Amino acid sequence: MNGDGTAAPRLRLTYRDAVREAIRDALTRDERVFLMGEDVGRYGGCYAVSKGLLAEFGEDRIRDTPLSESAFVGAGIGAALNGMRPIVEVMTVNFSLLALDQIVNNAATIPHMSGGQFAVPLVIRMATGSGRQLAAQHSHSLEGWYAHIPGLKILAPATLEDARGMLWTAIEDPNPVLIFENVQLYDMEGELPADAGPVDITRAAIRREGKHASVVTFGGSVPKAVAAAETLAGEGVDVEVVDLRSLRPLDDATIMASVAKTHRVLVVDEGWRSGGLSAEVSARINEQVFYELDAPVARLAGVEVPIPYPKHLEDASVPQADTIAAALREMVGRR
Amino acid sequence: MSAFVMPSLGADMEAGTVVEWLRKVGDTVHHGDVIAVVETHKGAIEVEVFEDGVVEEILVPPGEEVPVGTALAMIGDGSGASAAAAPKAPLPAAAPPMAGEVRRPDVLKVKPKAPVAAEEGRRRVSPYARRRAEALGVDLADVKGTGPGGVVQAVDVEQAAGRARASGREAPAAPPGRRRGFDPEAMRQGIAAAMAKSHREIPHYYLDTTIDMQAAMHWLEAANAERPVAQRLLYATLLIKATALALRKVPELNGFWIDGGARPAERVHIGWAIALRGGGLMAPAIHDADTMSLDALMAAMRDLVARARSGGIRGSEMTDPTITITNLGERGAEAVHGLIYPPQLALVGFGRLAQAPLAIDGAVSVRPVVRASLAGDHRGSDGHSGGLLLAAIDALLQKPEGL
Repeated sequence: MNGDGTAAPRLRLTYRDAVREAIRDALTRDERVFLMGEDVGRYGGCYAVSKGLLAEFGEDRIRDTPLSESAFVGAGIGAALNGMRPIVEVMTVNFSLLALDQIVNNAATIPHMSGGQFAVPLVIRMATGSGRQLAAQHSHSLEGWYAHIPGLKILAPATLEDARGMLWTAIEDPNPVLIFENVQLYDMEGELPADAGPVDITRAAIRREGKHASVVTFGGSVPKAVAAAETLAGEGVDVEVVDLRSLRPLDDATIMASVAKTHRVLVVDEGWRSGGLSAEVSARINEQVFYELDAPVARLAGVEVPIPYPKHLEDASVPQADTIAAALREMVGRR
Repeated sequence: MSAFVMPSLGADMEAGTVVEWLRKVGDTVHHGDVIAVVETHKGAIEVEVFEDGVVEEILVPPGEEVPVGTALAMIGDGSGASAAAAPKAPLPAAAPPMAGEVRRPDVLKVKPKAPVAAEEGRRRVSPYARRRAEALGVDLADVKGTGPGGVVQAVDVEQAAGRARASGREAPAAPPGRRRGFDPEAMRQGIAAAMAKSHREIPHYYLDTTIDMQAAMHWLEAANAERPVAQRLLYATLLIKATALALRKVPELNGFWIDGGARPAERVHIGWAIALRGGGLMAPAIHDADTMSLDALMAAMRDLVARARSGGIRGSEMTDPTITITNLGERGAEAVHGLIYPPQLALVGFGRLAQAPLAIDGAVSVRPVVRASLAGDHRGSDGHSGGLLLAAIDALLQKPEGL
């Protein structure tokens, strides 16, 4: 609502547009903010997120970097330590492994090792997930690895509102924050109010209310889970969808409240099952609300193979709306 | 080859539910081994087998309620002969006993019912379903699981609760920390059935006498002074031992009234009435109490109380008592005139241990006394025998060193 009592006009846009608006907003709000990464300037970003920003904000604030993740992520940490508010884009989470030392050994540890004297207000955005036939070296989902690391905050925007709103809240956070943008979401279209702004980054969200079973998921699997829930609604099964939003820290309270309400839970994670985020969520549910469970905690996760290139195999290797629906049917005893 | 049957664990028991098999097919068993846990309204009772052999078949899966006398398992020599010998066509299950009819496992012979698929292992109940059952007062043994693989889920419990409500039998909310398999309301019903039968069928006669306990209490004080606190004797031990020894002298009060005749027992198994926390009582056997030392008797009593309250009483302990003793202890009434537990022949009651004036050698003296009473079945004995028994108990308690 605007001050004059009228609703702000709604804009039709994609998830990609929403991320771009978030970056533009941050660049406008605070002159310490700048964007750097591979091909973010002249090329407009490998997923065209930053298209047009170079012309608008200039080379000082939209900086193309050499192909060295370790170097430019490290430079981002240094800039953050020295008072800037850098947004570093890493092309995919697979490539971020080249910067793992900077992220895990430096960004995550310096605030702690300095006894709080140095903050690292760095935001690293990266693409994650499969679905674009980019094969095994560009398609993995390694959010769970980063969610293992104390000192980092891990976000997974799954809606236009979060794509638009999480960035500024993350920039204001004194800790290094990693934002994972699932590549299947970039083309997702929807509406946002023209005055959409920053959002909370600590709470999970209920994307659909239900009473028979809960799906706990995040990122690219959220729209699939909502679609599966809609399918099951037609079969008389009322499914609640919990979008984790923040993978570290996890919002246990929202997860447990949902399980206590529905007594059945399916954890859906595009990442691999073994040692993954779905294992962590499952363990917490068993630890905290075991006596609420009417069925064993179920998991639907990525098949344990490097993501294949062929489209049909790629699709088969991660949870989809129909496999989520099938897992839910089995859980509630309808086949 | 013979059938291990659902035992009658009391005059009032018509059916029971196997809650757990402690032995599996192929296991060797010996006389006296506990092989199953049966749930009755007295709680979970551990049931023994009365022969040596090998468990060849388990016929009744956990969770199924069957009438007394139904074959639960087949015990053979291990040759597996039962598989060939067992009837292929279903035989009628054992007829349910008439209300109040007493069946003893050692005298009962029933044909085995047709083998059914043995369903072994623990019942699967979801944590939430267990919680709902607790909250709704639903006995999980009555709930059929409809979840994957027969798992009991909350919906099954809620439907069972709905059926109980529809039939007008509101399930009571279970109190927290209850005994294993213990349903106070069911136990009340069981006590009601047994005591109504007793009052209806047994022509009781009553006798009582006041027993001077001074010698016994002096002796006990001295005896306990030599014992560590944990092993001290309660005076109830003296009462039980004296009664057990007195019954050797008056055997016509020790045993059963079965099939229209008195059946005195050769051994003395004292059924000791134990009040349960949360209501109800049971009177399990202290076997061969007349032969036990006081220390052994005390240990047996402690063990029995602990197991009665936690739910670990064995089937034989429920069926073997040849007489019941009820002792009101130090806080009860002066005297108790009880009802005989069918099919026993008598019940001995002891009132409160109290100080009272007593005429001794022409003078009044204040002494510790106990009123002992006898309820006898007049079909099986006469007041004369009862008087002899009380006199014998009195005499034994005047010489406690001989107990």
